[in-house]
Amino acid sequence: MLEINDLHAGIGDREILRGITLRVNAGEIHAVMGPNGSGKSTLAQVLAGNPSYEVTRGTVSYNGQNLLEMDPEVRAQNGIFLAFQYPVEIPGVSNAYFLRSAYNEIRKANGQEEVDPLEFLDLVEEKLKLVDMDESMLSRSVNQGFSGGEKKRNEIFQMAVLSPRLAILDETDSGLDIDALRIVAEGVNKLRSPENATIVVTHYQRLLNYIVPDYVHVLANGRIVKSGGKELALELEEKGYDWLQGAGAGAGAVA
Amino acid sequence: MSEVATLNGARENPAAATDGAARDAAGKGGASSVTTRAPNSIEVYREDFERKITGPDWLQALRKQGMTRFQTLGFPTTKNEDWHFTSVAPIAERTFRLASIGVGGVKRADLARFDFDENGWHTLVFVNGAFSEDLSSNVPLGNGVGVSSLARAIKSGTASIERHLGKIAAFEQHTFTALNTAFINDGALIELAADAIVEQPIHLVFVSEGEGVSHPRNLIVTGRHSRATVIESYVSLRDSAYFTNAVTEISLGEGAHLDHYKLQRESEKAFHVGTVQIREARDSQLHSFSLAVGGSLARTNIYTSLDGDAATCTLNGLYLTDGTQHVDNQTSIEHIAPNCPSHELYKGVLDGRSHGVFNGKVYVHPEAQKTDGKQSNNNLLLSPTARVDTKPQLEIFADDVKCTHGATVGRLDDLAMFYLNSRGIGPETARMLLTYAFAADVLETIELEPLKVQLEKMVLARFANEAVA
Repeated sequence: MLEINDLHAGIGDREILRGITLRVNAGEIHAVMGPNGSGKSTLAQVLAGNPSYEVTRGTVSYNGQNLLEMDPEVRAQNGIFLAFQYPVEIPGVSNAYFLRSAYNEIRKANGQEEVDPLEFLDLVEEKLKLVDMDESMLSRSVNQGFSGGEKKRNEIFQMAVLSPRLAILDETDSGLDIDALRIVAEGVNKLRSPENATIVVTHYQRLLNYIVPDYVHVLANGRIVKSGGKELALELEEKGYDWLQGAGAGAGAVA
Repeated sequence: MSEVATLNGARENPAAATDGAARDAAGKGGASSVTTRAPNSIEVYREDFERKITGPDWLQALRKQGMTRFQTLGFPTTKNEDWHFTSVAPIAERTFRLASIGVGGVKRADLARFDFDENGWHTLVFVNGAFSEDLSSNVPLGNGVGVSSLARAIKSGTASIERHLGKIAAFEQHTFTALNTAFINDGALIELAADAIVEQPIHLVFVSEGEGVSHPRNLIVTGRHSRATVIESYVSLRDSAYFTNAVTEISLGEGAHLDHYKLQRESEKAFHVGTVQIREARDSQLHSFSLAVGGSLARTNIYTSLDGDAATCTLNGLYLTDGTQHVDNQTSIEHIAPNCPSHELYKGVLDGRSHGVFNGKVYVHPEAQKTDGKQSNNNLLLSPTARVDTKPQLEIFADDVKCTHGATVGRLDDLAMFYLNSRGIGPETARMLLTYAFAADVLETIELEPLKVQLEKMVLARFANEAVA
């Protein structure tokens, strides 16, 4: 589904990703872990097409297409979803209007009919239950006045409604208490299917107790310095990142 | 909304200053060699004034005072602090004859699009400043409520008019108010007896036709504990270059509550100066909302004076400009009595090469202790060539007050754009949504539901068109 090859990217003159190579197949859950500043969030943003980041080298192929040539909305219309680490507040636009617009834009792009507000309401009701949110949130402005946990749950709610093929969760667990974490993880697990893939970007192993990954990758200094199965996450929890950061820096020096 | 700058009105406008200086010289008796206009526009107003219709002695005296004052003040230049960012040269250099009276080609059906509620409100229609009974609609308003044409009320000798007319609107100070006073003829008279509650909104529609000038004059006098909602709509059916110079005087009695909406939707070629001046007695409440979307050169003044203890005012506004429009909003809140809260929120969305101005003054007099004043002005620039000058002003002469003010000028937030794009929403729609959202929070403050819904639709449609273009 996703093939990342020697991806280099950064902001301005600052290179943050220094050659990422990663392959994600349908049905898989990949965890990308790493210390602060390792480039985890940059990877997530670059995959979603944030124009603030510049890709300087490498390729990303998504279902055989050149992902890097697609505008962010086209990526979304093709099934990519990024759950933001810091969801953006949009005062004055209701969640219902925002999400229905998104839903319809994606349907339109895929040659499907748009849904009207009432149909949409039917559709979202069960998804709201999934993240334990009240229907009243639909009439509130997007993320405005939401607590940290509400914002993250709103991301998962949006994901549930838009049902992406490739979901990227950028530190969705940070700042969540254990109850909120469970809700978020449950939401993600319910959406798991053989056709979809998920990349979970996280600093902590904690989330991976609830969302069990098939693969774990450790990022340091903009490179994947170690990959393994779910047991790698436990090892990281125990040993911390320091022993790997050295490896990353060393690899960088050699290159 | 990202904040890229906070302006305090330090920008210069050399072109306007030059125009102003030339006009100033010409205005003072033609002593200058730069007089290129014949006849001088002030003389044209004078000529029309001389031909003015009859009226009771007190009114003739008031008109004469207005004309004299207008001639003395002349048109303001950009050296005048109140007009620093707005050159009135386009108005001063044109000769506007008094617009012809009569409904012309205006039909009732033409005005339907300016209605806000399908059930129909009590509506007074004025064409070129003159009341048209045929185009107006009556809805029973209850006891103690008088709504009529000012011209008719003067003719029938309504005594209260003389007591209030020209007493609130400061024509000594403001030249366009003086000009309006010179030409007082018609407009709306709304009188509420003590305790009168008007459930139905009263809609005043001012339609302009042709290329002349009209000077609508409205007087609203509300008795103790009365309550009403008044909407003033300034509209036109065709895109012509006329001039509307309107003045509304409002006296709020003790504990009275008025929701006042001024909707400036003039033709894009038109000139508009509209002043609403209010005096508030103790415990009275004013909710003012001012929308400005039309006009090539438009200025709205909302001036209120909190004369009595615990009087409150909320002044909100929205201006949307495009093309080469110049839209200026000036507000003034005078805290004269103690314990008065005032709240103000004005927002502007500026596109094309348009120029917006906000100038909001809050004066707190020495006696006005415990004043609680909040003022903010936020602007969104949609194009690199749009411009806004914002100047919130706070002058405090009391020592126990709480006052805040602030102004922002920004562009669409890149992160918010990306957030929307990442959900499948393309740049045009995203821009429309964010722009609408910026404007919407001030529209949210409108308590009159049908009006709010219609204005929201109107604003959304406007941004949708721009996104497509």
